[in-house]
Amino acid sequence: MKYVDEYRDGALAKRIAAAIAAEARSDRRYHFMEFCGGHTHAISRYGIEDLLPRGVRMIHGPGCPVCVLPVGRMDDAIRLAQRPGVTLCTYGDLMRVPGSDGSSLLKAKAAGADIRMVYSTLDALKIAAAEPGREVVFFAIGFETTTPPTAVAIETAARRGLKNFTIFCNHVLTPAAIRAIMESPEAKRGEVSLDGFVGPAHVSTVIGTAPYGFCAAQYGKPVVVAGFEPLDVMHAILMLVRQVNEGRTEIENQYIRAVTPEGNRTAQALVAKLFEPRESFEWRGLGEVPFGALRLREDYASFDAERRFGIVTVPARDNPACDCGAILRGVKRPADCRLFGTACTPETPMGSCMVSSEGACAAHWTYGRFRQHARAREAGVVEGASA
Amino acid sequence: MCLAIPARVTALLPDGMAKVSLDGVSKVISVALVEGVAPGDYVVLHVGYALARIDAAEAERTLALLAEAGARPAAAL
Ligand code: SF4
Repeated sequence: MKYVDEYRDGALAKRIAAAIAAEARSDRRYHFMEFCGGHTHAISRYGIEDLLPRGVRMIHGPGCPVCVLPVGRMDDAIRLAQRPGVTLCTYGDLMRVPGSDGSSLLKAKAAGADIRMVYSTLDALKIAAAEPGREVVFFAIGFETTTPPTAVAIETAARRGLKNFTIFCNHVLTPAAIRAIMESPEAKRGEVSLDGFVGPAHVSTVIGTAPYGFCAAQYGKPVVVAGFEPLDVMHAILMLVRQVNEGRTEIENQYIRAVTPEGNRTAQALVAKLFEPRESFEWRGLGEVPFGALRLREDYASFDAERRFGIVTVPARDNPACDCGAILRGVKRPADCRLFGTACTPETPMGSCMVSSEGACAAHWTYGRFRQHARAREAGVVEGASA
Repeated sequence: MCLAIPARVTALLPDGMAKVSLDGVSKVISVALVEGVAPGDYVVLHVGYALARIDAAEAERTLALLAEAGARPAAAL
């Protein structure tokens, strides 16, 4: 596929890896966080960590919208779907996310709730138009990439006079989450070593590179916005190593083929017209993030499921054995969780990081664990391997 | 869910919609979020919407930068 295959050339990846190894200083370590779940997925799928020298490590960030949705909001969605007359339309990733007490949308659907998986907000609109007797609610989640599509759907519904279409809004904001990581108790105590960020690809097509300026200005961390293909990620890591070596903290753009400094102005204007920031919103792992999420403006109240159905979120506790929170803050790795691969697998996820293919636990389960095992065995550190 | 893929616009349709080709598979998407999309353009496709146009010249430049990055690993030392 054009614009895909040429960025997956394995031979070139090895040469860029050699460049990283040559330029990374042996007297220091480099810790870079890939914010975005899309990068986490690419890093695991293409084994990028195996290509990096020992001193260069990647930390998985919280940029997986399914993973950061708090349990309380999941419970809200499940209860909403169980109301008579309501049809809940959702992206497929959310079906298996555990709510409280082992509930999920999948189980609610099996028990008779009208829950439909959609690929796009356009599909939800079609359902609302075809079934005027149903209250069709779109479970809107995601970062700056998925918010504009939600906005287009609302504008379209308004234009067509669809009265039975609302959204349950859980859209969240990337820069606020990066700030929350830098402000986390662990980061303040100096327990998170972080030398820079691989910035999101598609979020940045919408917001541009300018909003990351505070990372460099306020926290002294470089950011390199990168595309989602493996060579893009390798290239961004090389660019970060160079910034660190040269003592620079700049916002650089590796994904120049789709990202500009100012981003997609059309999308930004539409989002600003319909949505406003929430003073506070809970994120799984990060807690309450100030101005970290969006809600519909008063003018669009008639499209807001929270208002129409009087939803009041009751905070719910995560499964206490699940380490998703620490993983999302970059403090732990999936294999550190004692449920990983035993009680918790993609078939029976105990936490949200195991659900979406962009979640750190799911990515590590699908692609990473065998490689890590093999690597450990080579080094003779797997139990029994040295016997 | 955040995954997005490049798609080639093959025809514009009414109401901000367009027909695209994904490796030969044809699909109808919304191009309402990207100004001035024309047939032949490549766009980043995400949950049924084009989010950005892919700049052909910058894509070439990236390939050149990648080749350069991998060309002389030791030269920078
Ligand atoms: S392995 Fe499962 S239980 Fe453990 S942190 Fe990941 S999602 Fe949570």
